[in-house]
Amino acid sequence: MMQDLAMHMLEIIMNSIAAGASLIRILFIDSKAKDEIQIELEDNGKGMSEEMVKRVTDPFTTGRTTRKVGLGVSFMKGLTEQCNGVFDVKSQLGVGTTVYVSLQRSHIDLPPLGNLGEMMMAAIQGNADINYQFTYKNDSNEFAFDTIEVRKELGDEVPLNEPQILLWIRDYINEGIQQAKEEQL
Amino acid sequence: MKSLEDLKKMREEALKKVEMREGGKDYRVVVGMATCGIAAGARPVLNKLVEETAEKNYNCVVTQTGCIGMCVYEPIVEVYGKDGEHTTYVYVDPEKATRILEEHVGKGHILEEYTVDAAKKAEAR
Repeated sequence: MMQDLAMHMLEIIMNSIAAGASLIRILFIDSKAKDEIQIELEDNGKGMSEEMVKRVTDPFTTGRTTRKVGLGVSFMKGLTEQCNGVFDVKSQLGVGTTVYVSLQRSHIDLPPLGNLGEMMMAAIQGNADINYQFTYKNDSNEFAFDTIEVRKELGDEVPLNEPQILLWIRDYINEGIQQAKEEQL
Repeated sequence: MKSLEDLKKMREEALKKVEMREGGKDYRVVVGMATCGIAAGARPVLNKLVEETAEKNYNCVVTQTGCIGMCVYEPIVEVYGKDGEHTTYVYVDPEKATRILEEHVGKGHILEEYTVDAAKKAEAR
């Protein structure tokens, strides 16, 4: 099973990569005031038909052809059921897919947040040609990361999956989140 | 505190490395990053591989793949050599990942005890 939220999210991001997205938006809202964690994962990949959207949380549904099970989305949905949350998928063929998740922040079964910087690093390492926009929000602060801005600094010759760039991205995101958390205290 | 400005400084160095690579790397290190891999702990392994490669400048590229079809053996790391031959390492953790880079990619020694064949033999016993 997935041990933390970042792993669950990485699974969904991998789906977006497989769907041929060129832009993936990741929004993570950690609200003490509302006692809620909200996650939104939006891509502009190939999207799904209405029928596929209905079946997507079924573990015996998968987009791949090598075998008949797909667990990423069903795990995430299971987690929302366990933690008093909401799970929703909106998708349109040729337009993209948005996965929306909310969880009760104080729920005893809520897994730890995990390492969001590492999650982004793994995603970018998986496909460095995609642009990623990552936003972390809590009740008083916001931290945003956008690969378009990173590319602006690096120029076209340096790919984002250069090891030292990946490590910088990981640490930059984790520092940004840490700072947003500290300021809230 | 890190800022986007850092990237300007990193650019030169990264560019040199990219140009150096034009000749091609000898090894390709592939991590299984499907549901099975992630759940078994592939992410810290990938993390370690990227860190070590950046720090020690190993002659390899680190990439990802989906499910290899041997989920019980995850996390799996495959090392492909220049001639296309490959070694499958199983039950990899960050420590083993470091050794795989050191020994296999660094010195060309295959770590037999971490391979899938060794794991299968151990089970048959």
